[in-house]
Amino acid sequence: MKKTATQNSPPPLMVSNLSMRYHHKPVLTDVSFQIPEGKTIAIVGPNGAGKSTLLKGIMGLEPTMGGEICFFGKPLTHKRLAIAYVPQREEIDWDFPINVFDVVLMGRHGQLKLWQRPSKIDKDIAKQALNDLNMWDFKDRQISELSGGQQQRVFLARALAQKARLYLMDEPFSGVDVSTEKAIIELFKKLKRQGKTIVCVHHDLNTVGEYFDWIIFINARLVAAGPVETVLTKDNLNKTYGGRLSLLNDLTEKMYRTQLNKAHDTD
Amino acid sequence: MINDIWILATASLVAAACALVGVFLILRRQALMGDAISHSVLLGIVLAYLITDSRALPVMLGGAVLIGLLTAWLSDSLHRIGKLQNDASIGIVFTLFFAIGVILVSLYTGQIDLDQECILYGEIAFIPFDTLTIGGGGNIADGFEIGPRAFWSIAIVFMIVLISILITFHRLQTVAFHPNLALSLGINTVFWHYFLMTLVSMTTVASFDAVGAILVVALLVIPASSAYLVAKSLKGMLWSAIAYSQTSVAIGYTLAYQLDSAISASISVSAGLLLLLTILILEIQKKRTHNLQKAS
Repeated sequence: MKKTATQNSPPPLMVSNLSMRYHHKPVLTDVSFQIPEGKTIAIVGPNGAGKSTLLKGIMGLEPTMGGEICFFGKPLTHKRLAIAYVPQREEIDWDFPINVFDVVLMGRHGQLKLWQRPSKIDKDIAKQALNDLNMWDFKDRQISELSGGQQQRVFLARALAQKARLYLMDEPFSGVDVSTEKAIIELFKKLKRQGKTIVCVHHDLNTVGEYFDWIIFINARLVAAGPVETVLTKDNLNKTYGGRLSLLNDLTEKMYRTQLNKAHDTD
Repeated sequence: MINDIWILATASLVAAACALVGVFLILRRQALMGDAISHSVLLGIVLAYLITDSRALPVMLGGAVLIGLLTAWLSDSLHRIGKLQNDASIGIVFTLFFAIGVILVSLYTGQIDLDQECILYGEIAFIPFDTLTIGGGGNIADGFEIGPRAFWSIAIVFMIVLISILITFHRLQTVAFHPNLALSLGINTVFWHYFLMTLVSMTTVASFDAVGAILVVALLVIPASSAYLVAKSLKGMLWSAIAYSQTSVAIGYTLAYQLDSAISASISVSAGLLLLLTILILEIQKKRTHNLQKAS
């Protein structure tokens, strides 16, 4: 019953013929795909392939040269609050004077009119979101006083508080500790049970098959998009990473493990 | 004595208004934009006066806001279309506007009661002699004197700034914290940028008589920077910025009184000294906690 409903309703995200440039250089050319509802989807590709740019273009944060983007069959302006965006951790000013709870409460501000203050309900939703990521005890901390993994959790809680249907995340797993990685996986499962859709820029090829249902391979163009079982092939990996895969794979694995240990140590 | 109270009250309101808008300039890393607008509003004031022949507050505010927004928009366009660096484009636009303003002042010195020194430094000690009168049907002697013009200008602008921030606090917070995140929530970041620039323009024009074009930058940037170092929340930062600004006024005024020196310059120097003191205390604290951690 639920399945047929999903099939009939428009996809959470449809991208057709999207092209983007940065300083006159083409970054993405003619990218088209659509994704199913209620799945976890990874955007994968080498450095500089345009993964983050794609996410920003989809969210209207960077100008596009051409193409069309539809959310649940509508343009972004009609569906804004149904889509929660989690920026890359490096793009956030962690010295900003704001505490954890106020960041999460920002997830509710899109729903509020200018003169409205967050209500009890808004605050309860923010509390629930923090609890879901085991961060309630940190609610009064300034965000600079958190570890990398904790910072990532705060931003996920903010997205959660938005009560969106589609989540777009820019590298949520980068530089986080093991416990945060587990917490994010748990969160994905929970969101999926609620029929939500999650799209992540993902760096780590070793975990992509385990954490995600679907993969979009990008390298300046779309290489392949589909369920993990059908698209996670040597052929697609070669096309995306251009033959240097074995070297790259070992390297990322090594880097990832050291980073993981580092993050774990500081926690 | 009554003059001292007017001067002190005016300085205190100027410092407070500057501190409040300064907080958002610092958080958005646009301190230079405050510098730019505080200079280019001179052109707005002169043009507004030459066109309308009036020195009424709404006319001055209108001229300043128009030129202030034009400064922000032109520097942004120069940066985007002309492909010049952001800070270079700001520097080009505001110095040009300021220079045109200075030329106009020197051309029409007879008509404008502004000399070049006053533009640069202001003279808060003279504000009690330029008073506002209500009633009296144009005859000043019959009217009721309500106090210095500069005091009422900044009092009204301070109220506008305060009410604006109270109403739009959460929007300003989100936009300052993460513009892209604000955009993704459907917040019009361009509007809020120009909204802030409007507040900056009004604050600088109302501060002009008292502290001039250069020292207003000190009041915009320094108390807010000190507050940035100590605050843990935006509300806390706004309160600390006010506290820093008022302390600077108190110390600066006493200093000027004792040394018989320029009041607004003494206030700026005090603000700078308070900032240095804050940095020093924070460094000592950091060392101490570091040593404690080492010991344990």
